[in-house]
Amino acid sequence: MSFALLRRGGVYVFLSIATFLSVFPFYWMAVGATNQSPDIVRGKLGFGGNLLVNFQHLMTQVDLPRVFGNSFFIAVVSTLLTLIVSSLAGYGFEMFRSRIRERIFQLLLLLLSIPFAALMVPLFVMISRAQLNNTFTAVILPGIASIFIVFYFRQATKAFPRELRDAARVDGLKEWQIFLFVYMPTMRSTYAAATIIVFMNAWNNYLWPLIVLQTPDNKTITLVISTLTAAYTPDYGVILLATVLATAPTLVIFFVLQRQFVQGMLGAVK
Amino acid sequence: MAQTRLDRSEQVNGWAFVMPALVLLGIFMIYPIIWSLWMSFQVGRGANFSFGGLANIQRLANDALLIKALTNTCIFFFIQVPIMIVLALLFAVALNDPTLRFRGLFRTALFLPCVTSLIAYSSLFKSMFSADGIINQTLLTLHVIGTPIPWLSDPFWARVVIITAITWRWTGYNMIFYLAALQNVDKSIYEAARIDGVPAWARFTRITIPMLKPVILFTTILSTIGTLQLFDEVNNITQGGPGNATLTLSMYIYNLTFRMMPSFGYSATVSWVIVVIVAILSFIQFMIARDRRRAS
Repeated sequence: MSFALLRRGGVYVFLSIATFLSVFPFYWMAVGATNQSPDIVRGKLGFGGNLLVNFQHLMTQVDLPRVFGNSFFIAVVSTLLTLIVSSLAGYGFEMFRSRIRERIFQLLLLLLSIPFAALMVPLFVMISRAQLNNTFTAVILPGIASIFIVFYFRQATKAFPRELRDAARVDGLKEWQIFLFVYMPTMRSTYAAATIIVFMNAWNNYLWPLIVLQTPDNKTITLVISTLTAAYTPDYGVILLATVLATAPTLVIFFVLQRQFVQGMLGAVK
Repeated sequence: MAQTRLDRSEQVNGWAFVMPALVLLGIFMIYPIIWSLWMSFQVGRGANFSFGGLANIQRLANDALLIKALTNTCIFFFIQVPIMIVLALLFAVALNDPTLRFRGLFRTALFLPCVTSLIAYSSLFKSMFSADGIINQTLLTLHVIGTPIPWLSDPFWARVVIITAITWRWTGYNMIFYLAALQNVDKSIYEAARIDGVPAWARFTRITIPMLKPVILFTTILSTIGTLQLFDEVNNITQGGPGNATLTLSMYIYNLTFRMMPSFGYSATVSWVIVVIVAILSFIQFMIARDRRRAS
């Protein structure tokens, strides 16, 4: 009995340490945003009074509203287009079966594991030749058709009751009307979960925007943080404040939609 | 007659729904992959190519940096992924116990790192691991170390930082997959094992791990892709240094294309090295999956 108790205690200690290590960087980020850079580098653990100064410094170095506007614009447009294109395809692959499309789908699954690094050189040359360099179009366009999200929607569509479609057909609805007025409302929670993943990925995307966006006016918040961090003498107060601001939207989404969030991440294995 | 018309309408609709995605994937994924194969036989600076035959492939064989990047990627993979998977399994098993208190709190806390962007947490870790930063301060105060560890300027420790950072960011993510899978495991198996006096550790290695094998395989695939993609963290925490000790494949391609003397043809060749690696790994995974299907 006492051995079982001891093990129980061990589990709590183990989980508590892990929780501390997991959450501490968030505390560090919040504290850092209120401190001066030298204090942060020296490891000061308490809140300081430098928040407004850091904010002013950040504002003088970066056009913050513009940068956030860019990030939001790219993330929102990417999310909308990705959801439309990928859910259409997921629905199409699942509801209208044919041997050729099944083969194509298998080919897509194979391509799923090709890392972006293998595509970025030709993609960059393509974008340059199309004179789309330094545009949001160039950032958004290559990501719209996401194999992962197509796959996700196809998996979710397996649970879509076919009687609903048949009933709608009997009522004389066209296929696109069925998709729009029957499928989409029924699959709300799938759309919610997919929205979270796609928005997060677009908001946090780094490598491709780094390649495509050159002028400061077009930079996103992730690119700005990276530039600030790469400075010869980085001002950590400013950097950590910027990371707080960049992380805030995703944290809010996480806490408000925790269930859909986790569901979205699990989506592919169900 | 009516039947064939219905079939045709099914076909037309089927293609109509998948077409936007297929066109976009064709332009932005399949075409670039094929084009980069052609590009990999080109030599020249920037976007000015001329046909170079097998020159790039010869260059591959003597490319010390490529070997370095490959080695680093392997080191990250073989050390980081097992640590992460074992930790994630332990968390999942601990949190799967319904009598555990504060489960929701622990789960949320352990999952929280997944919410941060790769750049945001890279900056965080860079600030925490600076030479006189909080990590060194804490370790010195606790007398774990006598002198500060040169985290970012020593090749060995720089790798440790990268591995620590990635583990912090992704363990909770893997844990969620295992937790979901554990919920589908029949509780009576554990009950029977407990009654038979099977100790906890054996229950973990003999029941839990075999039951979770498919999910573990799946997360290993995700981690393989993730490791091959590794760029954001190294680019922001160590810039691939010191002495290229943390240079990864993705970063090497980026450097070849945009930083060093740009050589698009050769970058494309290195990209194809990744494609070949992925193809080999996919084949291995396919074989494992097939064996499993045959066995069951």
